[in-house]
Amino acid sequence: MPNFQASVLVSLRPSVLDPAGEAARSAANRLGVEGIKSLRIGKAISLELDAPDEAEARRRVELLADRLLANPVIEDWSLELECLPK
Amino acid sequence: MTIGVVVFPGSNCDRDVRWATEGCLGFPTRFLWHETKDLTGLDAVVLPGGFSYGDYLRCGAIARFAPVLQSLVDFVDKGGKVLGICNGFQVLTELGLLPGALTRNRDLHFICKDVDLKVASHRTSWLAGRQIGEELTLPIAHGEGCYQCSEDTLRKLEDEDSIALRYVDNPNGSLSDIAGITNYKGNVLGLMPHPERACDPLIGGIDGRRILQALIDS
Repeated sequence: MPNFQASVLVSLRPSVLDPAGEAARSAANRLGVEGIKSLRIGKAISLELDAPDEAEARRRVELLADRLLANPVIEDWSLELECLPK
Repeated sequence: MTIGVVVFPGSNCDRDVRWATEGCLGFPTRFLWHETKDLTGLDAVVLPGGFSYGDYLRCGAIARFAPVLQSLVDFVDKGGKVLGICNGFQVLTELGLLPGALTRNRDLHFICKDVDLKVASHRTSWLAGRQIGEELTLPIAHGEGCYQCSEDTLRKLEDEDSIALRYVDNPNGSLSDIAGITNYKGNVLGLMPHPERACDPLIGGIDGRRILQALIDS
């Protein structure tokens, strides 16, 4: 069965406060890195899975992202998927 | 007349709740390990505070899939009373029994102190018989208690009179000063403050008693 590598990026929805991102942004200023206008912190989740084809692999990871990895009330997510060579 | 207190790996207020319900109020209480599905004989279930499953991923995100919570959804459908305190409130939102989500406190600090609250609704049995605006004092102890939801959800909560408690002086950035909400039916209450820590005058107040009393009174 083909093997896939998936990466799910979870980010806070734009309307949600991100006090940790804001604190990191102010530290960036203290470091002397100029011009940082916004900084928001999310999560990256990497996984490997076996699935019969790419469409099925995508369906499974989308379900996982929607139901477990992200909370759609406060977070958005995006998915990158690639088929690993045998 | 029995109360169940769910114990997840990482719960740390389970014994406090039992001490309050059994020791202070005299209600028979039993612990429910997170792997059980058996809620027979229970009138009410409390989801206690703590750090269920280490709060991995998000607070309450893993707990949501615990076998005991699958039974809890049926329990709520049948009208059973459920109280989620702190981490228990977070679990209830992840489970979808209450709307919205609880996120990092506005100032990033873990806040552990007594706060003043105002009764925002007396529609449900949890706060029945109180005046709107009546104040009570309960302890809070959380790092992720900032209540957030969409504008539509907030409007629905207001229209349905489901905002139970508000902070007098908002400590964590919660939308609309929300400290606790109920479902429309009124049998589920989630709140960030800890009523179980305010049941004995020896430790500084008994404002939590009436909320826990409502687990049994209907």
